Amino acid sequence: MSATTLAAAPPVGRARVTLRLVLAGAILLLALLPALNRLPADAALHVSDFTIAVTGKWITYAILALSIDLAWGYAGILSLGHGAFFALGGYAIGMHLMRLIGPRGVYGHPVLPDFMVFLGWPELPWYWWGFGHFPFALLMALFVPGLLALVVGWLAFRSRITGVYLSILTQAMTYALMLAFFRNDMGFGGNNGFTDFKELLGMPLNTANARAVLFYASLAALLGCLWLCARITASKLGRVLVAIRDAESRTRFLGYDVTQHKLFVFVLSAMMAGLAGALYVPQVGIINPGEFSPGNSIEAVVWVAVGGRGTLAGALLGAFSVNALKTWLTTVAPEYWLFVLGGIFVAVTLFLPRGLVGLLDRKGTGR
Amino acid sequence: MKRHIIGFLLLLALATTGPARAQQDAFAALVSALAGGFAQQAEVVERLGASGDPRALPILRALSEGRLQKRPDGSVVTPGEEAAGAEAIRINNRVRQALRGALGRLQIVSPDPAERLAAAEAVFRSRSAENVPLLEAALAREAVPRIRAQMELALAASRLVATDESLKRAAIARLGGSGSTDARALLLEARAANPALLSDIEAAIAAIDRQLAIRRAGETLFQGLSLGSVLLLAALGLAVTFGVMGVINMAHGEFVMLGAYTTFVVQELCRGIPWLLAWSLPLAIPAAFLVAALAGAALERGLIRHLYGRPLETLLMTFGVGMILQQAVRVAFGAQNREVLSPSWMQGTLTLPWIGVPVTQNRLWIIVFGLLVFALVVAAIRFTRFGLEMRAVVQNRRIAATMGIRTGRVDALTFAFGSGIAGMAGVALSQIDNVSPNLGTGYIIDSFMVVVFGGVGSLAGTLVGAFTLGVVNKVLEPWAGAVLAKVAVLVALMLFIQRRPRGLFALKGRAAEA
Repeated sequence: MSATTLAAAPPVGRARVTLRLVLAGAILLLALLPALNRLPADAALHVSDFTIAVTGKWITYAILALSIDLAWGYAGILSLGHGAFFALGGYAIGMHLMRLIGPRGVYGHPVLPDFMVFLGWPELPWYWWGFGHFPFALLMALFVPGLLALVVGWLAFRSRITGVYLSILTQAMTYALMLAFFRNDMGFGGNNGFTDFKELLGMPLNTANARAVLFYASLAALLGCLWLCARITASKLGRVLVAIRDAESRTRFLGYDVTQHKLFVFVLSAMMAGLAGALYVPQVGIINPGEFSPGNSIEAVVWVAVGGRGTLAGALLGAFSVNALKTWLTTVAPEYWLFVLGGIFVAVTLFLPRGLVGLLDRKGTGR
Repeated sequence: MKRHIIGFLLLLALATTGPARAQQDAFAALVSALAGGFAQQAEVVERLGASGDPRALPILRALSEGRLQKRPDGSVVTPGEEAAGAEAIRINNRVRQALRGALGRLQIVSPDPAERLAAAEAVFRSRSAENVPLLEAALAREAVPRIRAQMELALAASRLVATDESLKRAAIARLGGSGSTDARALLLEARAANPALLSDIEAAIAAIDRQLAIRRAGETLFQGLSLGSVLLLAALGLAVTFGVMGVINMAHGEFVMLGAYTTFVVQELCRGIPWLLAWSLPLAIPAAFLVAALAGAALERGLIRHLYGRPLETLLMTFGVGMILQQAVRVAFGAQNREVLSPSWMQGTLTLPWIGVPVTQNRLWIIVFGLLVFALVVAAIRFTRFGLEMRAVVQNRRIAATMGIRTGRVDALTFAFGSGIAGMAGVALSQIDNVSPNLGTGYIIDSFMVVVFGGVGSLAGTLVGAFTLGVVNKVLEPWAGAVLAKVAVLVALMLFIQRRPRGLFALKGRAAEA
């Protein structure tokens, strides 16, 4: 079954220039935030710690949105399991952070994290080996989601599982992982997950300094991913991906290896999501199996839909705008947030199929 | 020493009264001896038990329940009598043990069959060679087959501790045929004491193990069928909306949830009328169907129909609708679980004949209900005008329209039908799951798995798929634990789809291209 997609053609002409300027301005503004945070608290331009923490979190969400957009907006792979890749990246870095706690835990065990002492583990299980080293943990944050995507993607694309079937399959994947990570005997802290982190790379977390470093690291990662995605989508590879999205069978009959192209973009996208998770966890200070819940993945998909899929700026715009709305509304009227989010799902699919970016570019609506 | 005192008391009773009253007075003397020390109590209890006197039963029962009292002067208060300043007679474990045996022996001649059965079980546990004549006598009079079987077991257990070799051998064989874990424990115990009969005992234990294995398999099968029927109910509606219409409805789980809440509301409405309350569950079935069907029709006409041909958008949109429904129910009914009562005819446990598998009645009813709903759905699609129109629209929308079928109306009705089935599933789930706003989320993924596994568009596939997944899940559970079993099934499904991407019951020919 070929899914007819309404993904936006990237805006052209003046709209494109506007979009780029807005994007550049927004990134510049973001880059200034930690500096403004250092101003005295009574200064007019002072930015609160909360704002830095929240914005830093949104930047990692934006990377996740970008990864989903690359797979969905360009290659037509609607993954409802990207939250799993995100969470796996987060768990990888979380394991490193747990190892760094060392004897400062409640039980004061030199090697084992608190929950393992509590559950009576005699020693560190093999899959925790090496997570004491930051480069290894970071590598795993990319490698594990990538490997999972490779296996699932290979199985799915090889059998030409497409469209909603693939969506359900990936949703089942994250659901199964959630169930598995809730178990205590998995060795990942059960339903409490990891928290109470102390430091990263020698700097104590929860200081303005650490926040700024993580913020800039996230921003750099976002720019890097944006650059990579821009390069890919502008290349011939990107054209083939769009062709697969719009007419998979035709592309196959033209002689392109659809399976390999999809697999490539799916794995890359999963690794980006893993990176986002790895940057997310030290900033929020906790990771638990709730991150695997299917609702999280699908919410991230809606960010992309809101912004406008098939445009890289749209993914960023969607991630920031929906999360800004969420942060505001969950403090003002928390019981209405789910109504609003549900309403966004409905409104975007029915009335705004090309997202907010599509609004900018009325001319191109007819395609 | 105590023995002599009682003997003396008895003698005294006999000596001071005439022979006609002797028996009664012996009884009275024994009863009054119950107020004595623990060792004496145990002795007296055993004697009363051996007497087979029906009058002893209420007294011993009162003693075992701590209701038997003695006056300050040491005389025993007959149950039913009132006495000022009386205090309960205390007993210790040894007396309690004697009481169990004595009560069993007295009960075994009781006119009440339930009491006789309980007694046979008690005697089986207390097992002593002394019970043999008692049981033989009781067995000779017993007519009820179930009680007879239990008495035979008790007799075998008692003979096992007797001396006669050939009787023992027969007893071992009888115990081996029982398939009971208690008998197995008894035989294990008897191994040391009967080295000569070791091979017989081992054979009997093996026979019991075989029966137990069969029973365990039966239990697993039942649990699997039970889970399968739940999956079937949850997936049937999806088999219609997704399988037949091709509409992917992520709010399906929320329709199930709506059905469960409708059950709750119907129950609360019935609360005022006591005789109606027992029937609130059957009443809730059509109500839940209607509520969910109306919600489904509204969703199809209002939103989904604008997204036909765009499955990914439909998926996202319906997910949003599900979210709104969930939150709306949370606001209206609160986030906590709501309690739906089970009518009395659904409570309790049945034991299946032959293999002795215990089955809970509500699970049994849900299996029946699931199959019934399945039959109804198949019949509705195959034999009604609506079903015919539905199949026509699915096969060829344009030609159906030229034939005068209002395809839009059929779409709405089909979707309402599928949603209504989800609502009925909610009625069943309210009996075994927590009625909470997120009731549906746990079933939606499993339901899709069932439909995909069985083959999209095939109702028979959904039936087979649901029961297969249910049974496989329960078979894996003892080895892997509930969660890992689920994970394993999901992984196995992904691999299965590799081999048969179109499911177990793939459509063939032209329909496959539709």
